[in-house]
Parts: sequence; structure tokens; C-alpha cells
Amino acid sequence: MPLKNDEGEQIVIAAEVENLPVMQDFVNLYLEKLDCDPGKRLQIEIAAEEFFVNIANYAYEGEKGSVTVKTGVSYDPAFIEITFIDSGIPFDPLARKDPDTAAPAEERGIGGLGIYMAKNAMDEVRYEYKDGQNVLTMKKLM
Amino acid sequence: MDITKNKDGGKLEIKVSGRLDTTTAPQLDSEIKESVDGVTELIFDLGNLEYISSAGLRVLLASQKTMNKQGEMKVTAVSEPVMEIFEVTGFSEILTIV
Repeated sequence: MPLKNDEGEQIVIAAEVENLPVMQDFVNLYLEKLDCDPGKRLQIEIAAEEFFVNIANYAYEGEKGSVTVKTGVSYDPAFIEITFIDSGIPFDPLARKDPDTAAPAEERGIGGLGIYMAKNAMDEVRYEYKDGQNVLTMKKLM
Repeated sequence: MDITKNKDGGKLEIKVSGRLDTTTAPQLDSEIKESVDGVTELIFDLGNLEYISSAGLRVLLASQKTMNKQGEMKVTAVSEPVMEIFEVTGFSEILTIV
């Protein structure tokens, strides 16, 4: 979605976990320019990592593929938006059942925790499958 | 991420600084596995931990499960933003935060 106030920036990188630092640098540089509140910035960074790693691990089922990361900001209301687009298998990470955060250590698995953290860290997360692409958009009010 | 380990008999103190994420968590995981044999008291000092994602939480959970079998584990000097993450994920109930 084009943003009115700032068209933002984008990168296209291979959807591989090894590229996490590249994605993080891209997002951090953008957040630095916005002079974002440190607490909110941390939450945005966490959500970006979790969604990116999820795509890197699962979108292309072991095949090679790319992911587009877009950043943007709007000022009325003021929010930061980051979008992840991949051409992998249709997969809605938001449809996954939340983990039981009240379970004791021995019963705690590791599945779904990252996505749960990412959803919690953001004000809004949307998923759609459009034109053969997974489009995940996350918003944080500034 | 920086890791400082201090082992004194059955007591192991691990200080984790910087960012504990998908890229750095495996390093912490192997450092723990290397040193945890015979440890009955494991203490994590997170005073200088700036960032933790689910990959970092997994390492803490695995350590907690290990220590449940062989002793006790404590997490100290947790900063406010890290505590918030522990609370959202229910880790504040699993971990012994002192």
C-alpha cells in the first residue's frame, strides 16, 4: 500500500536466515532516521526479525527465493509500517494457534512463540495472499 | 553479543550482553552446552542484554529444562524492556527472576 506521507524504502534479498543482519540493518537505519521511541523500536525490531525468519525458514520449502521488505511511515495517525512480500507457498502465519503462555517449562514447546511475540509487539498485523504472493504488513503507532 | 562465563565449582554465571537473536542465539546455546555438565547453580546476568527475540528465549527455556533436572537456574538484572518480553511470553512464570 503506498503511504501518503512517505513512500519509504525497500530492499529485495534472498529469503535466508543468513540475511537477517541485512534486513535488520535496513530496518534499523530507517527507524534511526525517524527518531523512533526506543521501546517501540525494540518491538518493531523483534516483530521484523520473527516475521523475516519465519519466511526464511518456511516460505520456499528449502528452495531458493527472495523476500521484499518495504518500510514506510504515515503521520495522520502517525505509524510505521513494514511489509514483507514473498512468492513462496501460501502461508498465513497469523492463522497459527497461539502458544500456551501459562504452561510450565516442561510442557513448553518452541513452536509459534516468535509469531506470538511479533503479533503482540505490533498494533496491527495483516496478511493477504495476492497475485501469487504472501503479503504481511505490520503497523506500529508512533 | 558478548558472553562472559564464570565457573566456580558447581556454580556457573553467564553474563550476556548486546543482542540475543536468531543470528547470535546458537553461539550462546553452544557455550552453555559446553559448560553445563556438573553445574547445580546456573545464573544468567542479563544486565547488559539489549534485545531478545524468540531464538534467545528458546535458549533460556532449554537451559531451564536442563537445570530442572540437575539443580537451579536464576536470571538476574533483567531490564524493563526484556522483562516486558518475559511477561508477554509467560517466561516470567517459567524463569526464576531475582
